[in-house]
Amino acid sequence: MGMRKLLGTAALALSLAAPGVAGAADPIRIGDINSYKTLPAHTLPYRQGAELAIEQINADGGVLGRPLELVSRDDQGKPGEAVRYAEELFVKEEVVLISGSLFSHVGLALTAYAGQKKRLYLAAEPLADSLVWQDGNRYTFRLRPSTYMQAAMLAEEAAKTDAKRWATIAPNYAYGKDAVIAFKEVLKALKPDVEFVGEQWPALFKIDAAAEVQALEALKPDGIYNVTFGSDLAKLVREGNLRELFDDRTMLGLLTGEPEYLDPLGAEAPEGWIVTGYPWYDIDTPEHNAFLEAYQAKFDDYPRVGSLVGYNAMLSIAAAIEKAGSTETEALVEAFKGLEHDSAVGPITYRALDHQSTMGAYVGVTAVKDGKGVMVDWSYRKGEDYMPSDEVVKTLRPAEGG
Amino acid sequence: MGVYLVQFLSGLASASALFLAASGLSIIFGVTRVVNFAHGSFYMLGAYFGYSLVHRLGGGAIGFWVALLLASVAVGLVGLLVETVILRRLYKAPELFQLIATFGVILIVQDAVFWAWGAENLLGPRAPGLTGIVRIFDVPMPLYELALIAIGPLVLLALWMLFNRTRWGILVRAATEDREMVGALGVNQSLLFTGVFVLGSMLAGLGGAVQLPKGDANLLMDFGILAEVFVVTVVGGMGSILGAFLAAVLISELNTFGILVWPNGTLVLMFILMAVILVIRPTGLLGRPETIGHKTETGASQVVLPAGPHYKIFVALVLAALLLAPLAVDSFILVLVTDILVLALFATSLHFLMSTGGLVSFGHAAFYGGGAYAAALLVTYAATPFELALLLAPLGGGLLALVVGWFCVRLSGVYFAMLTLAFAQVAWSIVFQWSEVTNGDDGLLGIWPAAWASGTVVFYYVALAVAAAGIFLIRRVVFAPFGYGLRATRDSMLRAAAIGIDIKRQQLAAFVFAGAMAGLAGGLFAFSKGSVFPDEMSIPRSFDALLMVLLGGLQSLSGPVVGAAAFTWLHDELISFEYWRLLVGLAIVALVLLFPQGLGGAARHHLGRHLKLEASPGTLQGTAPGKEQQA
Repeated sequence: MGMRKLLGTAALALSLAAPGVAGAADPIRIGDINSYKTLPAHTLPYRQGAELAIEQINADGGVLGRPLELVSRDDQGKPGEAVRYAEELFVKEEVVLISGSLFSHVGLALTAYAGQKKRLYLAAEPLADSLVWQDGNRYTFRLRPSTYMQAAMLAEEAAKTDAKRWATIAPNYAYGKDAVIAFKEVLKALKPDVEFVGEQWPALFKIDAAAEVQALEALKPDGIYNVTFGSDLAKLVREGNLRELFDDRTMLGLLTGEPEYLDPLGAEAPEGWIVTGYPWYDIDTPEHNAFLEAYQAKFDDYPRVGSLVGYNAMLSIAAAIEKAGSTETEALVEAFKGLEHDSAVGPITYRALDHQSTMGAYVGVTAVKDGKGVMVDWSYRKGEDYMPSDEVVKTLRPAEGG
Repeated sequence: MGVYLVQFLSGLASASALFLAASGLSIIFGVTRVVNFAHGSFYMLGAYFGYSLVHRLGGGAIGFWVALLLASVAVGLVGLLVETVILRRLYKAPELFQLIATFGVILIVQDAVFWAWGAENLLGPRAPGLTGIVRIFDVPMPLYELALIAIGPLVLLALWMLFNRTRWGILVRAATEDREMVGALGVNQSLLFTGVFVLGSMLAGLGGAVQLPKGDANLLMDFGILAEVFVVTVVGGMGSILGAFLAAVLISELNTFGILVWPNGTLVLMFILMAVILVIRPTGLLGRPETIGHKTETGASQVVLPAGPHYKIFVALVLAALLLAPLAVDSFILVLVTDILVLALFATSLHFLMSTGGLVSFGHAAFYGGGAYAAALLVTYAATPFELALLLAPLGGGLLALVVGWFCVRLSGVYFAMLTLAFAQVAWSIVFQWSEVTNGDDGLLGIWPAAWASGTVVFYYVALAVAAAGIFLIRRVVFAPFGYGLRATRDSMLRAAAIGIDIKRQQLAAFVFAGAMAGLAGGLFAFSKGSVFPDEMSIPRSFDALLMVLLGGLQSLSGPVVGAAAFTWLHDELISFEYWRLLVGLAIVALVLLFPQGLGGAARHHLGRHLKLEASPGTLQGTAPGKEQQA
């Protein structure tokens, strides 16, 4: 422990010794933990979105008469570190809740932490289904539409096509497996006569694209459901185009339409894939226009999905504090249950049933315009339409999940 | 038919790319004995330089290939900088010490690339004139892959010419055989080393640049390629270029066809191949056994002595301070110190293996993670109570170490180290991909201590008791007959064998003991965080342990504790800066240059003699066993 720490500890002790000094205008501190250096292409837009929301909220007078303040930590992509910083944020920085995280495993570690320590965690971006189901607890809520919800949106589109023989390709780890299971389950329910002819499981970020493309081609499927992303996707698209894998096939891509993944592909973005994503350039609703203009004015950059989620996350937190009328954890938990507020994608609700928000996603078809991949013929899908039935959710969630 | 032929050719193309990336590592190791962990960073730099230069030089075919070559040269210049500024100063330090410097370089390069090129993946430019396909039995085959198939053997040929037909190459080969003799004959060794390091860096850069038309440049490439190039280098035989080529072909073809047969087996297959080959041929396909003079030095050149009276007082004071800490500090500091205690035990177990056993493990996190998973699986599937699960955690780490050690102790030196790395990757891949049992990347959650121990303060005391007990046990073993026997094995295998010590069994026992202690640390870790994820077994985790041990210094038994504290504290202090990785990297490099004996070693060197930190120093120093290794 360095001198600075000791001094910090002393200062903390002093401030604890003199309670009630905190004035009405003292900021409400919100802990923010994310993998800022491990996946900066996703997490920096997230923080920008969050900063924008905080700025707007504070310009309107803050919450409960107090401004909001974001205290950020970089978890280095390691769950163990994230848990340590969570403790630091609550104890040293006196945050009222923590939010953030992108990687599912980091999000799940924070979920377990929140449940054990009875502290509030708003999982902003992690997608793992189990975060609000099998591993869900009273103190954890999630904003972004989960793997299941987005896979169900694509399965619905898949059922509308003529494709009968389906193959899947997904990174060989938890997210990829969840995404394939959910897709198969929903598609089979919607269209019982489909056939799944094969699955490919490249190692995450280590795809041998040429070999995978050959293996998929050998299966002779009518449609292919892709879950790969990042550099794996870039390689798959290149090899697939060259080796004519995509010709005359129905192609689905989970998250492929998100600017984070589509934009690096430039003019080589795949065309005609049915994808989930975020067509920020084309959305024309008053709430999104306001968000887009403010974002571009502040950062001189366009928003990514991360920006949208970060922005909405801070709106949710502000709404919950407002509703609770306090920053006390139990009051905030009760406030989050059934919380409704307006966001940049329209009104969303945090379901009391499983603590999942009803924020949806955009489903459309990819095309290349002016040397860039875009989504066309898209529509916004509300999150609440792509959940399993309430009975199923209840069986998935532990009894003490509150 | 056509499908299989095309599949085979695709495998050859991958092999070429892999060979380029790996050959540099092999060459650098063969001559300078530096295991360059920053090789992946040079590979990544090659991709980024290539991307920028191709765009700068325009679209023509000539411009494209010139750009790739220039990227390679640019990476060579970075290598020159690293070698002359950092590594050259460390050739006299214990060999493994250069590892730390290369860790520092990894961190610095990561932040520098992020700063210069930004966060977004950069899609690689296509090769002009080679964007199309040809049809082989009606199956499309990209032209660029055919070009790649040619590039690999061309580079191999060029390297062969360089090493067999030029004076410089012949000198380099001579230095590989016997560096002292080459030096004695009046050849400027450091110039030779610099040249080899630059050549190796250029090959890594070229490897990163030529894969651009098949993929992209991204910030995860450095660690992404590392395991593969290590496997290729080891399977081929350290220092053998032709061996690296053969290994690259073997591994790439195995991957390519493995996908057709066993889609889930990607990742694991390569490591299984490596284990099989090393068990049959311990030095790889074309490697030669390490000559005696080249035995990997761990730098334990002084006899470790039992604690002197003042040192005992010092330890008692530290323990008293730790016991009283909860009265004085807030609960976050306690959490931080708990983390340090866990890591200190983990690092001490590796330190035992390295300094007392003379066995360098690059994959020690396998047993740390093994213990964590043993505890977590027991809790998840057998509802085992906290106390029992924590006690069984070392059993998990130890059992895993028994299996891994059985293979590894057949080898020695750097082959041993590399094989431990490979097995750690196997363990990681299994945990990462076998989600039916381990829950894969989503980890095992809810691994909390029993109610009585779940408070921060109580758990802090539990961690303190367990970590202190573990560290004292390790220390006790060092000075037990077993520890002395192990040291004899380390210092002179022949003499140890002559007096009746079963060397392999001795080493295996040390390996299992170190694994068990790492497992205990892992068990503590699981309960302190409430969850376990595959990251705890990953390569960076093993590197953390090495870093802590080497930062603390190999020669003093308290080194790993100092190293763990310094490591955690450094991270915690610097993390709030935007470019914290750059700062940590610079701090590591600075520490290496300033304290080539490690922090603990430096403290002992400066204070030890005056403060009587050891029992009766001096008398035994004349018979420093490290000298024998060079005889």
